[in-house]
Amino acid sequence: MKLDTAGMESAAPVWGSHNELVDGFSAAPSFELPNTTDFDGFQKEAIQMVKPAKGTTTLAFIFKEGVMVAADSRASMGGYISSQSVKKIIEINPYMLGTMAGGAADCQFWHRNLGIKCRLHELANKRRISVTGASKLLANILYSYRGMGLSVGTMIAGWDETGPGLYYVDNEGGRLKGMRFSVGSGSPYAYGVLDNGYRYDMSVEEAAELARRAIYHATFRDGASGGVASVYYVGPNGWKKLSGDDVGELHYRYYPVMPSTVEQEMVEVTGA
Amino acid sequence: MECVFGLVGNDFAIVAADTSAVHSILVHKSNEDKIMILDSHKLIAASGESGDRVQFTEYIQKNVALYQFRNGIPLTTAAAANFTRGELATALRKSLSYLFFLVSTIVNNDIWFFQNPYFVNILLAGYDKETGPSLFYIDYIATLHKVDKGAFGYGSYFSLAMMDRHYHSGMTVEEAIDLVDKCIMEIRSRLVVAPPNFVIKIVDKDGAREYAWRESVKDAAVPLA
Repeated sequence: MKLDTAGMESAAPVWGSHNELVDGFSAAPSFELPNTTDFDGFQKEAIQMVKPAKGTTTLAFIFKEGVMVAADSRASMGGYISSQSVKKIIEINPYMLGTMAGGAADCQFWHRNLGIKCRLHELANKRRISVTGASKLLANILYSYRGMGLSVGTMIAGWDETGPGLYYVDNEGGRLKGMRFSVGSGSPYAYGVLDNGYRYDMSVEEAAELARRAIYHATFRDGASGGVASVYYVGPNGWKKLSGDDVGELHYRYYPVMPSTVEQEMVEVTGA
Repeated sequence: MECVFGLVGNDFAIVAADTSAVHSILVHKSNEDKIMILDSHKLIAASGESGDRVQFTEYIQKNVALYQFRNGIPLTTAAAANFTRGELATALRKSLSYLFFLVSTIVNNDIWFFQNPYFVNILLAGYDKETGPSLFYIDYIATLHKVDKGAFGYGSYFSLAMMDRHYHSGMTVEEAIDLVDKCIMEIRSRLVVAPPNFVIKIVDKDGAREYAWRESVKDAAVPLA
């Protein structure tokens, strides 16, 4: 039993045969599959063993000056926090970023793979790939592996010849073009802040502040999100990391503790 | 949840679809166009899993275009509908090879082929010079029906009844749009998980085109580059 990995190849799959059993069939590169009668069950178990970064908050939005991308940095395995310093914003090339939600390995691997494909496109065509094209490359790969256990929820954000670009891509093969997305378990909280504060004509500073706030508020309510809130900006000259703030410190900035008035004073009993 | 419906009028066909891209409780987007302009005189409105929906409709669109390039004449709406149905039916039965795969694991067979059925429901509307406007109902289990009016999704319960009551043959564009708006209003007022926005497209002798949007929530529009 072999699993076809042709989708992972940068070039067209090599046709030929190196196995007498698959003679006449496509002999695309492949790897061994586990010898089990319950493949679905095996897969589910295996996924649980190697799937950190389940709980996440990532967001990205297009505004006047470009695209703002932000994420938290926590990786958890069930209730256990396995890391507080994960790079969930993946640098595909100097003009394109990807965000990571779902399986850490799946996201990292396929973003690196996408980076390779984008670079090859650049070398072959003497121009950078569009965000539309790059996101479709990824979506088509993920679609070809649909139902096989990949877990990817990502946004591809960047700047190309047509200006800023933002796409949401997931492991079901879905691909959405949009102005504003948030992905991960903390996304409902992030959306709440983001939708409320969003204006197209924000300055870079305002946008960064909104992104940071949205991530902070998501980490406050979502137990699976936390660590540092990193904010990236993609403009005409490529991406730039603007900030990386510990959400614990942001808490004092965004959510100061109010001195509460004492409702009832204990009175010393005199006499008796 | 998803609402796709359409009807045939006097010398045109109209399809309407919701424009929400939903993932569990989240609406990721409320201006996702689910009606593709298949070729100059055909519309394909699709509902179903997001990945399948886009991949399948693009596949059909490209193959219909290929046919036109090769033969110099476009497919009729009926032919395109039959082609679409054929592709769905093939994919549906191919997926049986998945069962074969489970068995083959035991006998350690070295062949792997695996194709899912496409989970897409389709309304195909078109206009042909010879036959006039037509509408085809194609569901994910490859049922093909030529209909005057059809609907998919949770919205279908409301829009079908609405169209049964108010539809009549030889409707004018104004009457048809009025009926479509009635359906949208009924969905918005009675369906718990009603989508906020709809897109309406029309196909007649002048071709397939967008007719109007019915929006109650404005998504940030993509500015022109």
